[in-house]
Amino acid sequence: MRARTFWTFVGPSVFLMLLFIAAPLVSVFVQSFYLSQPVVETVTEEVCTPGFLAQTCTTETRTVPVLDENGRIVRETTFVGLQTYRNVLEPERAWEAISNLDWRGLLAIDFWKALRFTLTFTLITLPLVIGVGLAIALAVNNAAKAIRGPVIFVSLLPFIITPVVGALSIRWLFVGDGILTRGLEWYLQQDIAMFAQAWTIELLMLFYRVWHVAPFAFVIFYAGLQTLNQDTVEAAIIDGASRWQRLWAIIVPHLMPLIVFVALIHLMDCYRVFEEIVGFRSQAHVISLQWLTYDFMQPDDAGNRAISRASASAMLTMIGIVILLIPLLKKTWNDHRGSR
Amino acid sequence: MSGPKALQQPLPLRLFSAGFLAFWCLLAAFPIVWIAVMSFKAPIDAFAANPFDVILGPETRARGEGLTLLDIGVGLALLFFAFRIAVRNLPPLVRALAPWGNVALGWIVGAILYALGFLLVFTVIVPPLLGAINGALGLEPIVGLTVEHYRAVWVENEFWRNFVNSMIVTVGVVTISLTVGTLAGYALARSGSQLAFWILIIALIFRALPHSVLVAGYLPVFVNSAAILEPFLGENAPTLYGQPLAVIAVLVSINQPFTIWMLRSFFMSIPADLDEAARVDGCTHFQAFRWVIMPVMWPGVITTGLFSFLLAYNDFLVTSLLLDASDMTMVPAIAGYFNRETTTTDQVEAVAAAVSITAPLFLLVMIFQRQIVSGLTAGAVKG
Repeated sequence: MRARTFWTFVGPSVFLMLLFIAAPLVSVFVQSFYLSQPVVETVTEEVCTPGFLAQTCTTETRTVPVLDENGRIVRETTFVGLQTYRNVLEPERAWEAISNLDWRGLLAIDFWKALRFTLTFTLITLPLVIGVGLAIALAVNNAAKAIRGPVIFVSLLPFIITPVVGALSIRWLFVGDGILTRGLEWYLQQDIAMFAQAWTIELLMLFYRVWHVAPFAFVIFYAGLQTLNQDTVEAAIIDGASRWQRLWAIIVPHLMPLIVFVALIHLMDCYRVFEEIVGFRSQAHVISLQWLTYDFMQPDDAGNRAISRASASAMLTMIGIVILLIPLLKKTWNDHRGSR
Repeated sequence: MSGPKALQQPLPLRLFSAGFLAFWCLLAAFPIVWIAVMSFKAPIDAFAANPFDVILGPETRARGEGLTLLDIGVGLALLFFAFRIAVRNLPPLVRALAPWGNVALGWIVGAILYALGFLLVFTVIVPPLLGAINGALGLEPIVGLTVEHYRAVWVENEFWRNFVNSMIVTVGVVTISLTVGTLAGYALARSGSQLAFWILIIALIFRALPHSVLVAGYLPVFVNSAAILEPFLGENAPTLYGQPLAVIAVLVSINQPFTIWMLRSFFMSIPADLDEAARVDGCTHFQAFRWVIMPVMWPGVITTGLFSFLLAYNDFLVTSLLLDASDMTMVPAIAGYFNRETTTTDQVEAVAAAVSITAPLFLLVMIFQRQIVSGLTAGAVKG
């Protein structure tokens, strides 16, 4: 294929990616060094209120935004360097907390709290998703052919459900008067409030995520199991390998490329954990990095969006995912090089 | 399973495996089934302490709303026939009647017609009929069931507006991202150049970016776009913020990396001899692509389309930040429900809205289950 034909085919896609992915990245990077805020001026005025005998007059100084000739608020953009990063990271406070070994103090800062949750969440769910997915795949592979279709259908439901709705559906089971809370209360004979403290919410979030992603892992592993070479398995049986040995020495190595693939996708998706925070309404207790950026971008009461802080936190989020992915990207890279 | 004797498993292992599978199926289906049940009950029943009260709905029944034995029997029979038609009769019908042999289009039209027919039979034709028969026979309801929450959500709160917006965004995203993606995927699969490799690696990195990172880049530009575009477009420069079209463009681009990787792996599985033969017969690259490769690519296109659909339909972050409250899609609109979720009635209405969002997805998996599985497989095994 000649270069020109190649570009006509790839052009639209590359153009879209440049315009809507690469360009915003650059603009976020630039924005994060600038601060844009309304220009304000201090006005001193005398306010008089009618009173008995004499007026009472007071001089007040007020801060008001400067308006231009169209009545719009004038904004100015100043270069602040790393100041916005400092506002997000709060390095002094964080360093003080670290040097005092004050874990709680560190987690009182939003960014570090979000980072802590995002990383633990990603790293805990990763082995769980792969393990549960593999277990379901092995069990379905074991089941009679007739029931496989319905089982796959039911298994796919948690995967395709809208994440916010999925999180909500689990929340409604566990809210104060939800059926499972009532059941647990009856069983344990004590009051339970699943959404009153951070650790129970995190537990539910972990459960939700594994429930949501395990079907994806399952379908892929199940497909991989169909291409397993039966001769190798039989040879292993003749050599006296136990079931456990067969699983570890034949099945897992056979599925290894797929396990890497699932891990890669899961890391990417799980690092941007966000819908759980919305669905479980956990902002007061648990937040994630992507939610932090989202929150900065939401207009506050005055209608202002903290764009520069959002940009700084977005850049930091991005650096995190790139670091997490380097080993896996390297592997994909090598595979591709090798296969060509 | 029949196989060599040595491969047969001992009974405890088989029991354990079957038990685990049953447990997983229960776990997978329970939350979804349960909110579906809740959405049809009066608030007192929906949050009752006793699970049987939730299922049977005594309070709802006491209000005179419910299903009689006849209703249940007829309903189950209708469901059975609907399922049979979907599985047995629909596929050959679509294949036979597909316009210009275009199976994908045929399936879309078929699915929409089927859904409309299903809704028509279940909501318009059958209820009054059964109501009359029940009245004549004097049957009393045995299971409480009410559709008042759905009525409140769809009619009074005008959820259909959000539904229409969702459909606009979803259909736009699926068509554009497939058109752009198939072209790129084809070229990337057929060109072994260094450049193609780099595009793929960069796309993979783009796939990893959290969406909020990108939205932080769009938001200021979109809000001020009228002022920015004025020098080029004059007075009519649009404000991109709140425009469904802008959201479609954004979602298409966010979805491009995944789309091109997936379509590329499908194109890789089509032998290159095919387009070489076409080229020898005098086709240009584009003609070979359009008339020789595309006709055998439909399974891959449908699968990729499904994933684009899921991304666009399920998106919360992009749509909630880039659209106004007045033209929200369904998923961010549901946030409005749980922000005012103060009474139990509000809660059940939120549940009904959530179930309304899930229903089309449910239908989708039912129709396209095999496609989803084969698509994930193709993407994984070769990607």
